[in-house]
Amino acid sequence: MTSDFLLSLAQAITKGLLTGMVYGLMALGLSVIFGVMRVVNFAHGELMVVGMYLAWMGFEYLQVSPMLSLPLIAAVFFVAGYALQRGVISPFIGRPEHQQFLLLLAIAILLVNACLAIAGPDSRGVQMESQFDSYELGPLVFDAVRLHAALVAVAIAGLLWLFFTRTRIGKSIRAAADNHMGALVVGLDVKRLYAFTFGVGAACVGAAGALMITIIPVTPFLAAEYTLLAFVIVIVGGLGSMTGALLGGLLIGVSEAVAGLLLQPSLKSMVSFGILILVLLLRPQGLLGKNSQ
Amino acid sequence: MTGRNTFTRRRFGQATLAGTALLGAPLPIRQALAQGGPANLKVGLLLPTSGLQAQIGQACRRGADVANEVFADMKMPVKIDIVNYDTETKPDVARTQAEKAIDAGCHMLVGAFDSGQTIAIAQVCEQRGVPLIVNIAAAPQITEQGYKFVVRNFPTAPMLITGALALHKEIFKVSGKTPKTAVLMSVNDTFGTSMINGIKALFPKLDMPYELVDTISYDPAAKDLAVEVGKAKATKAELLLPVSRLNDAKLLVQEMVKQRWEPMGVLNPGAPGLYEQDFLKTMGKYGEFMISNVPWLDPKSAMTQSLEKRHAAKYPNDQLDLNGGFTFEGILIAAHAWLTAKSTKPGDLMEALRKSKIDQHVMIGGPIQFDAKGQNVNIKASAVENLKRKPTVVLPLESAAAPLVFPMPSWNDKRRT
Repeated sequence: MTSDFLLSLAQAITKGLLTGMVYGLMALGLSVIFGVMRVVNFAHGELMVVGMYLAWMGFEYLQVSPMLSLPLIAAVFFVAGYALQRGVISPFIGRPEHQQFLLLLAIAILLVNACLAIAGPDSRGVQMESQFDSYELGPLVFDAVRLHAALVAVAIAGLLWLFFTRTRIGKSIRAAADNHMGALVVGLDVKRLYAFTFGVGAACVGAAGALMITIIPVTPFLAAEYTLLAFVIVIVGGLGSMTGALLGGLLIGVSEAVAGLLLQPSLKSMVSFGILILVLLLRPQGLLGKNSQ
Repeated sequence: MTGRNTFTRRRFGQATLAGTALLGAPLPIRQALAQGGPANLKVGLLLPTSGLQAQIGQACRRGADVANEVFADMKMPVKIDIVNYDTETKPDVARTQAEKAIDAGCHMLVGAFDSGQTIAIAQVCEQRGVPLIVNIAAAPQITEQGYKFVVRNFPTAPMLITGALALHKEIFKVSGKTPKTAVLMSVNDTFGTSMINGIKALFPKLDMPYELVDTISYDPAAKDLAVEVGKAKATKAELLLPVSRLNDAKLLVQEMVKQRWEPMGVLNPGAPGLYEQDFLKTMGKYGEFMISNVPWLDPKSAMTQSLEKRHAAKYPNDQLDLNGGFTFEGILIAAHAWLTAKSTKPGDLMEALRKSKIDQHVMIGGPIQFDAKGQNVNIKASAVENLKRKPTVVLPLESAAAPLVFPMPSWNDKRRT
């Protein structure tokens, strides 16, 4: 192997790691919601696209950088997620899975069409001077926007970990996830905890959307692609595992980047799905998921 | 009864009304009526005005929007009813819209910028026996399948490539700098695949001074080209030949700047993207000095001057480029065919199209004429360099509006302002 090839490989891995961190944050919301409520959010990609549009609108009409509008978007998503769970999803908890699936699919379709009606089908992106910036570390070049997005994603994941391990409400959520009946017995308000969890999951997706718009432009049709990507990531990492979602994100990000270098770039998605099939065959619960049997 | 004056009060009233209407009518209609032209021709204009190619589709449409005004300026006794249809950048929608246009009574169709969408429309036109004038689409098969109702006023991919590669040699000759290696990056849609195949087939025959070290293809809907650009940079090629569309051209240059890849030049071998207004606007100084080897508007033509004037008046914030130019010519060709045929019957219109010889038009090249396959072979390529945020003709020298700048200055060069 030549040094040029090794440098290209290192560059691809670096890029894959940075993208993978944002992927991980996006999938984290899906994993948190499933881990606690056992509800598979089929409107996940659509929520992220809404987050991307909000960040785009903030930039386009108010000249606010997506990085600055991120906390507000996350807060709006938390409130919306909380209300959505209490008002619409809560009655479906405990109902047959196909009913939950149809409900969330209907929400997804509504969201995509709302985006289409409001923003139209054209791609919308933010144009900032920083999108042309990069940092050099020896022979490696780091894309500034990706690096900033990855650092924010890591910080949000860290805050989420602190929330679930250090706060009273976070511990209550984990308790309700581990033992639903036990949580009811000790007097926890499980319905409120579920709504809180959905709000936290939605806030993660909204934040990921605000980060993602700095990397790629948005169209309403992107939603299905990202729902699929989030599913691939959490299934590879282990559905319900937060660490698994982050690991899955990194794995998919790096594998796509390396596959793009070693094979044709247009074949990179094939590698992600290849990994998914392998994981489903060899370790169906995912790399860090718990075996249900 | 025979010798009786039949000019009654009713006839007088009718004549007065007709005269008033004629005098009050806008100039183009007045000319059409005065010169006894046939009833209005209805042309269905099919373009991707939404979706991935929306911006280019809208640029095409603007050229057609001012066509009737230009015809009036040029004293052409014609007014066309143009009905717009959006193909949404999808071949299946293009097919449906073509059927809809024909069902709505369109006598001819013009479109559709993209080869995949145009092929879908061409199949419908052939089945229904309605003439299609291709404004922009380079895939050779459009005029290679023996279609009887299709003419194309745009170069095929091999024509584009041959013209573009010939201009490459001229660029090197004029600048005195010749790169030794090049990398080809291309979208993998119908157009991109045609271009790649064409370049690979023609390259050995054209005795090019540089070696093609790699070909990297990607999805035109790609959201990110970091890996692709990284791979291209790793080849250490001195020249980048992008076969791009608009959005991917922006991603491409953005990644080149980020990854600090500074080849000797970016020479587009006959593809869209680099010369487009949105590219120039969003890329700013980084879009400067990129060269597109494409057919372009002839600034010396009186019709081009009228088109530029009308376009600037109606769309002061939009640039007129080859998209608008070729789409205008599509409508012009339809108008000429109609004037020649003096009929809206498809067979008559098609016969007139085959016999077309339009000397006065807007794009650089000889008269618009179609060969037996329906291809206009008189279109010529030019080298258009982005200078001061404007695509400017730099070659051939006799048409140059500014001197060529090659090699391309580095990303941080002071000449980029």
